[in-house]
Amino acid sequence: MTTTTLERPAAPAVDPLAEAVDDVAGIPEIEPAVETGEPVKTKELVIVDWSGDLDRMWPVLILSSTAAASGVHCKVFVTFWGLLPFVKDQKRVVGENWMQKMLTLMQRPGIDHLKLSKMNFLGMGPWMMGVLRKRYGIASPRELLEAANALGVEFIPCQMTMDMFGLKHEDLIDEMGPPAGAATAIELMTSADASLFI
Amino acid sequence: MTLQITRQVDARGLTCPMPIVKTAQAIAPLAPGSIVEVLATDAGSVKDFAAWSRTTGHQLIDQSVDGAVYRFVIRRK
Repeated sequence: MTTTTLERPAAPAVDPLAEAVDDVAGIPEIEPAVETGEPVKTKELVIVDWSGDLDRMWPVLILSSTAAASGVHCKVFVTFWGLLPFVKDQKRVVGENWMQKMLTLMQRPGIDHLKLSKMNFLGMGPWMMGVLRKRYGIASPRELLEAANALGVEFIPCQMTMDMFGLKHEDLIDEMGPPAGAATAIELMTSADASLFI
Repeated sequence: MTLQITRQVDARGLTCPMPIVKTAQAIAPLAPGSIVEVLATDAGSVKDFAAWSRTTGHQLIDQSVDGAVYRFVIRRK
């Protein structure tokens, strides 16, 4: 069995005069700024917003705005039904042909017209949710979307869904970023610290 | 030592996540070291402000409860 002696590296030479001057001056110790040379990486959260239902839009908007409020960079890839809540308020029916028009005729777009994934009961469910929300001072999807936009959450619409639904970029809210596809979503998700599909 | 409170955030009556969202918006334009005082009634905010200060690096320097009102004092990083 061999033993290896680990040699301590020579201690850096200390200038006793400089040390003494420091002591006499009584300068308070200032913590040296930690400079590792590499910038501190901002944490990143990616959400794939697929559903567009009230009970799923709520967590999408709560988590994205809270992430941004916590200094976590948040990107939301908005696809399929998820796109309809991001249609501008003044747009009622969107699309080019009758099938696309039927879609938004059956499901009114916009952030104020979300349906529940269960117990919708022709709108009774969302109406009751609205009453309860107000009674307990809970923020509406609209308020949360405004907060998310103000805090810099990035919303990225899915180009393929836009094509299929006949949605033009100007049909969507102004804060919507440039459209992208699945490869962008994959890159975002694999490089983020956490990703969710809601 | 008395703390010089730069800004107050009244989040009473608001629920998750608005106390955090409003505090984040209030603290962002302030200078590092500024002190923000938050009043909230959301019981979840006790755990949430602790978690938020760990995530952001802002320092939660004091917290107390008076009846149903929670008070948080935060030093901006």
